[in-house]
Amino acid sequence: MNQTEEKPEVKIAVRDLNFYYGDKQALFGNTLDIMANKVTAFIGPSGCGKSTHIRCYNRMFSLYKGHRSEGEISFDGWNIVDPEVPELELRKRIGMIFQKPTPFPMTVYDNIAYGLKLHGNYSKSELDGRVEKALQDGALWNEVKDSLHKPGTALSGGQQQRLCIARAVAVQPEVILMDEPCSALDPIATAKIEELIDELKKDYTIVIVTHSMQQAARVSDTTAFFYMGKLIEHGSTHEMFTKPKNQQTEDYITGRFG
Amino acid sequence: MLQSRMNRRYFLNRAVLIASTGAALIGIIMLFWILGDVAIRGMSVMNWDFFTALPAPPGEEESGLANAIVGTLLMTVAAALMAIPIGLMTGIYLAEFGKTNLFGRLIRSLSDILVSAPSIVVGVFVYLVMVKTMGHFSGWAGAVSLAILMLPVVIRTTEEMLNLVPGEMRESALALGAPYWHMMVQVVLRSAKNGMITGIMLSVARVAGETAPLLFTAMNSPYWMESMNEPMANLTVTLFNYAMSPYDDWQQLAWGAAFLITISVLVVTILTRLLLAGRSKH
Repeated sequence: MNQTEEKPEVKIAVRDLNFYYGDKQALFGNTLDIMANKVTAFIGPSGCGKSTHIRCYNRMFSLYKGHRSEGEISFDGWNIVDPEVPELELRKRIGMIFQKPTPFPMTVYDNIAYGLKLHGNYSKSELDGRVEKALQDGALWNEVKDSLHKPGTALSGGQQQRLCIARAVAVQPEVILMDEPCSALDPIATAKIEELIDELKKDYTIVIVTHSMQQAARVSDTTAFFYMGKLIEHGSTHEMFTKPKNQQTEDYITGRFG
Repeated sequence: MLQSRMNRRYFLNRAVLIASTGAALIGIIMLFWILGDVAIRGMSVMNWDFFTALPAPPGEEESGLANAIVGTLLMTVAAALMAIPIGLMTGIYLAEFGKTNLFGRLIRSLSDILVSAPSIVVGVFVYLVMVKTMGHFSGWAGAVSLAILMLPVVIRTTEEMLNLVPGEMRESALALGAPYWHMMVQVVLRSAKNGMITGIMLSVARVAGETAPLLFTAMNSPYWMESMNEPMANLTVTLFNYAMSPYDDWQQLAWGAAFLITISVLVVTILTRLLLAGRSKH
């Protein structure tokens, strides 16, 4: 693999990214940089392409027939758009959290161990240690340390989502993609996830798609505003929410449409 | 005006409630009538001989259905061993790979047709293909005809249960860098396992009471079987023959067979439910 050094702060560089669902084009020439160890929030009305965009980063779309991306997504010397990219390794390095918590039908412990076993051969004690570490990183350890061998589905919704985050963190990715991770959760569970995101950005680069502008304002360093498949504006969150450069962005964040 | 309309609605509400409760009662009464009748008449012939002795000519004391019990068990198990692997694989193919393509659609329609195919047609088919070519009735032919009847039930429930597993679950596993097959086996099949077990049990229950296909394939036999490659005694055909006979003691045995079949299906169903309820509680 070609390990070219990139500029230190850019983790993922997206250039002219187009995406098609069959004949229907869903992304139009998106260009932006995702900065390392920062939280980037993607906002925009439903169907604007923000989820479609992050699903290009881990090639999740390749599961479906007729979905294809073109352009360039540079990540550590790889162009992720290229179908030749080793998908399994890519997904180990770029993890993803989904809208609905998806604990696997197994115990809390096995949920975390699932990814670990995929990517390495660990002894029982090593595995125990890594599972504990992941659950601590997911801010869930204290709540589940006595019920590691109960099924993951028995946890509350917020705990399930933190389990999914811990599961993603366990395989030590570099980037974590979050696709509306709090939209199925109540405000308290949401607050816990947001705190966790703040913790995680020390070690990981985070991209979060969110419907809640307050959430984008609270958790992110940079914000990107999407509208109808186009990236309208991209910049520091503070600036976006105080003095947006684009009229459409302003209309959206002030609630005039979307 | 308003008052009268409300009265009308109230009346209609009551009427529909009474009608549907009545309909449910009729169904339940019929069910318990049948069960009760079978139980009372069947239990009276249950004794040690029933389970251990071979069928005897009318009028003889020590008469039982031991060979038929064993024959039904053997053929059902053999049928399950044939139908379950093929059915599971086909269901997995339809749900995972053949959702929209021509081959998948073809298989799905064929399997749907097979579900509603009269079992006697399956019996005649196996008679032509196996019994005619082999030159004799056999337990294997019986098992194959039962397997053909089980197959579409297993296929259908497997596919439906896999379709119930949310797409996010698959994507979550793949997003961790899991290969597709690993995700299928470890996550999706595990999620769908309970439903698939139910489907298999249902299919076993469906064929356990089949008579028509066995009539043309396994036939029946008053003797112990030495292998499955010969005509084989079984409960349903015995029940059919004995119930039609003019002998009182044979008719009694037929009730016993009916009771045993009913109880087995009931036990399989209840056990499945208990098993699944116990699992999902964890």
